[in-house]
Amino acid sequence: MARDSGIVSWGAYVPRYRLKAEEIVNLWGWDSNIPKNLNVAEKAVENVDEDSITMGFEAAYNAILRANINPKRIGAVFFGTESKPYAVKPSATVIAEALGVTPATMASDLEFACRAASEGLRSALALVESKYIEYGLVIGSDTAQANPGDVLEYTASSGAVAFIVGPSKEAAAILEGVYTYVTDTPDFWRRGLSPYPKHGEAFTGEPAYFSHIEGAVRGLMESLGLKPDDFDYAVFHQPNGTFPLRVGRRLGFPKEKILPGLVTPLIGNTYNASALIGFARVLEQARPGQRILVAPFGSGAGSDAYSFVVTDRVNGLRGKAPRVDDYINAKKYVSYAVHAKMRGLYRRIAN
Amino acid sequence: MRLSPAQIWRTRIPRYRLIGKECKKCGRRHYPPRPACPYCGSRELIEVELPRTGVIESFTVIYTVMEGFKDRAPLIIATVKLDDGTRVVAPITDAEPEDVRTGMRVEAVLRRIRDDGSYGLIGYGTVFRPTILVHKTS
Ligand SMILES: [Zn+2]
Repeated sequence: MARDSGIVSWGAYVPRYRLKAEEIVNLWGWDSNIPKNLNVAEKAVENVDEDSITMGFEAAYNAILRANINPKRIGAVFFGTESKPYAVKPSATVIAEALGVTPATMASDLEFACRAASEGLRSALALVESKYIEYGLVIGSDTAQANPGDVLEYTASSGAVAFIVGPSKEAAAILEGVYTYVTDTPDFWRRGLSPYPKHGEAFTGEPAYFSHIEGAVRGLMESLGLKPDDFDYAVFHQPNGTFPLRVGRRLGFPKEKILPGLVTPLIGNTYNASALIGFARVLEQARPGQRILVAPFGSGAGSDAYSFVVTDRVNGLRGKAPRVDDYINAKKYVSYAVHAKMRGLYRRIAN
Repeated sequence: MRLSPAQIWRTRIPRYRLIGKECKKCGRRHYPPRPACPYCGSRELIEVELPRTGVIESFTVIYTVMEGFKDRAPLIIATVKLDDGTRVVAPITDAEPEDVRTGMRVEAVLRRIRDDGSYGLIGYGTVFRPTILVHKTS
């Protein structure tokens, strides 16, 4: 029972530079088995002139290029991030201005740890269905922070993804249903003036990631009368390379349905782009008629489970903009020292 | 580097979207936009969105950089001939000097071009990077 909204187009961006996990092992004196246990070999890191706005712009530019629509027809720009360049001053307006969407549009930055962009996606789909807007642009982008020496450093990476949401007759993937599950769970947080987040170590797994994703996915399947066998792909939030496989196993999704959308082992956890880049990658290989489960998660905590059904419009869109794998494959390694410079971790004084 | 809100605001559209001007009299285009055509002096100009791809015509590498740009050294500054023939002087990013050569294909990207310390404004603008993605737009 399809609804009257869906994904008209998608675009992704992954920065060029990569930091190998072994650099972090060596610098901070970690047990060398950690990268293997996390299933993350390397992560994407931003250049000195990049931030969540510039990365989000490129993902959104690719989505518009792929959709081939006039940006003026976009009625909402939602930007989900937990690494805003300005604490106060919207990022969404910079991107909307650069894309030529301004001035007659909604525009806002959303915050819900890694799930902010997903809340934006739900909202944009609803605005389209209720005919408040013709198209919505949803962007997830992060230059994820980690305290130097924290285990989070292996996974916290940089990347962006964007979707153009529109009516189902123009969609490459039609929304079938969505179920949201949130509670107040203190698994991961960052106070206003703190440069790095803190997390509850083991607490981030069971009561946070697993219980919220399972709650959302079970709620979705129950409301739609679907079971894991009905889905061809399952994409979960991917804070590391192992949690998505484990939550899939617990819900009854085999590894083969998860691996196509699992990008964290290759580029790290891009936070607001994490599951959604995986979804974009799946759209670049799925066939018309296939059903995709997408379940982003954000600490604090919450998860949205979506069911999308791919249409035959997907085939004409893939080659119209750079693909996720084009960015994953275009890479250059940097040392930890160079990464630290690009991130502004060295404190210099003016000459 | 001190950045005033007025300065950021006035230049944002040409910087973000690579918008130049085309002369109605001689037909030539220029960037960044000026009040008069640099070729014939005419003030009859229209705004045009310039193509986002081109080739490096010449470039220079700056090792001794202004304060505030040390983390970007060495800076690569190029004259890029866009696909419509318009010449743009801009930084080349995501590249090391040994990768860059004349004739290299580049594409426009939005990046942070300036910032006013940790408390001031951030200036965004168009720079170029080597075309890393071979894709068809047809
Ligand atoms: Zn002229």
